[in-house]
Amino acid sequence: MSKNKVLMCGNEACGEGAVIAGCKFYAGYPITPQNELISYMAKRLNETGGAFVQAESELAAISMVFGASAAGERAMTSSSSPGISLKQEGISYLAACELPCVIVNMQRGGPGLGNIAPSQGDYFQSVKGGGHGDYKLIVLAPMSVQELLDLTFLAFDLADKYRNPALILGDGLLGQMMEPLTIPSDMQPKHYDKPWALTGCRDRAPRIIRSLLLGEGALEEHNRHMQEKFRTIKETETRSQSFHTKDADIILVAYGSVARIAKAAMEAARAKGLKVGLIRPITLWPFPDKTIEDSCAATKKFLVVEMSAGQMVEDVRLAVNGKAKVEFYGRMGGGIPCEEEILERVEALL
Amino acid sequence: MPNPASLRMVDNHYCAGCGHGIIHRLVCEAIDEYGIRERVIAVAPVGCAVIAYDYWDFDVTEAAHGRTPAVATGIKRVRPGNIVFTYQGDGDLAAIGTAEIVHAANRGENITVIFVNNGVYGMTGGQMAPTTLAGQKTSTTIYGRSLRREGYPLKILEMLAVLPGVKYAERVAVNSSHEVLRAKRAISKAFKMQIDGKGFSIVEVLSMCPTYWGMTPIQAADRIKNEVATFYPLGVIKSC
Ligand SMILES: Cc1ncc(C[n+]2csc(CCOP(=O)(O)OP(=O)(O)O)c2C)c(N)n1
Ligand code: SF4
Repeated sequence: MSKNKVLMCGNEACGEGAVIAGCKFYAGYPITPQNELISYMAKRLNETGGAFVQAESELAAISMVFGASAAGERAMTSSSSPGISLKQEGISYLAACELPCVIVNMQRGGPGLGNIAPSQGDYFQSVKGGGHGDYKLIVLAPMSVQELLDLTFLAFDLADKYRNPALILGDGLLGQMMEPLTIPSDMQPKHYDKPWALTGCRDRAPRIIRSLLLGEGALEEHNRHMQEKFRTIKETETRSQSFHTKDADIILVAYGSVARIAKAAMEAARAKGLKVGLIRPITLWPFPDKTIEDSCAATKKFLVVEMSAGQMVEDVRLAVNGKAKVEFYGRMGGGIPCEEEILERVEALL
Repeated sequence: MPNPASLRMVDNHYCAGCGHGIIHRLVCEAIDEYGIRERVIAVAPVGCAVIAYDYWDFDVTEAAHGRTPAVATGIKRVRPGNIVFTYQGDGDLAAIGTAEIVHAANRGENITVIFVNNGVYGMTGGQMAPTTLAGQKTSTTIYGRSLRREGYPLKILEMLAVLPGVKYAERVAVNSSHEVLRAKRAISKAFKMQIDGKGFSIVEVLSMCPTYWGMTPIQAADRIKNEVATFYPLGVIKSC
């Protein structure tokens, strides 16, 4: 396998992952801290023969993605927290129509206009719905520039495989930092037939893509089908990483950029002889609750670290289900926890 | 007159005297005329025409309320060889979707827009639309639209016509057989503009909503001639 080593910021790596995955359409609206991604897509889709539209708003951008996806092409949009709130209407429609697409959220401090510093305050919005109705997004949480490329590539495959929107949940730190990364030259996107796509009804019956289901029981039936699909995704696509969880007196749980900081804290603790482990969810939905539940056999304490007032901690508590103590440490509004802070909490809890 | 091949021969759900059924037919006749049924991808609105796909025999999708031109943009950009049109009411196009229509028009998207102006929100029970005439009674303007309180009726075509991206804009009506024929010609022309790659084309159709105008179908047709078309003048507003 020949490899291509480059230096890029996270937003660009995310764009390159999309291009390698065969993304043919991008629509977006500028918002910090994800603007490098818009510019990157404008350049790369021009080079690769795809279509790029700078939309008039996030509402329009997600609806353009709806159109491109309905027409059978791989499509992407990106934004940051306030913009993702606006996209929720369209995301609900995409989920309802079972249209694949990739949405990127480089989270910033909130609520409201907030600030442009990194945050993880959109966890609930990402994994519990966000828009109206019963649906789930496949939510992937990269923790490095390399993973922004790899997981964006994967997100396109998962979206097509399950006909469901996939969300990359990053933050301003990941989006804007630069790191060396490897672009494998043999990354080949899988091809999925799309016998539902709107291409014009030549030599076939017309197709309809809609979410309005008025017939008696039809919408309930469709919801049942979607829930069945979500169960399959949960069984098949849950991903996480565990470090030193077998002998841990305390296990840290963190995702994204915070998982990186938590990992450094864990290593510092181990160097001091403290038995600290880390579970790092890669998919936030489906959530790796089984991994967390199983680790209760070896540990009696968890410390969940987030850049929020405490959102993922609720899913950890559900998974632990009373079998261990779950503590929380969070920073909000763009505050970033540092290694020493986490280590201090760990030592206080041990 | 033979039925258009693009129109499914099924009962429709529209009220007696409603313009939507006529306009559906005109769209289908234009599509048949150019033999483009197998190339068409339509975007249906939220509004009384929300289930237009039950009547149209070609590929159709839906859009969130007002986002119709954005969905059409996404389709057309990845499938420039297809014929893409939106079908929108005045609530859809002139209220919640004002931004989307202005910007799709201004980008000069090579799509066709059929804009059905019946002066009310039919689907939700006859509330005021941006296009509601001064003095007109609706469920949210029970004493009639007051210009001071509710502002002026919005002349969308005149607004859009100033944009260089707009290549064809015509206002027609479907209140008489004579006007229906003119509407037919305008809709055909709008599709032709797209087929020829000329850019954004829009046809505004003044349509009857007897139900929420509180009128018989005949009175509603007369009202278009006597009242609606005096404020919204018929004819070509822009063609290039
Ligand atoms: C986001 C959103 N807001 C409101 C509605 C409710 N709604 C459905 S149709 C409609 C108005 C439709 O009016 P118009 O576009 O004029 O079409 P008509 O029914 O008159 O043909 C409204 C407000 C909705 N479906 N979605
Ligand atoms: S409510 Fe008005 S617009 Fe809707 S179907 Fe009835 S007549 Fe037509």
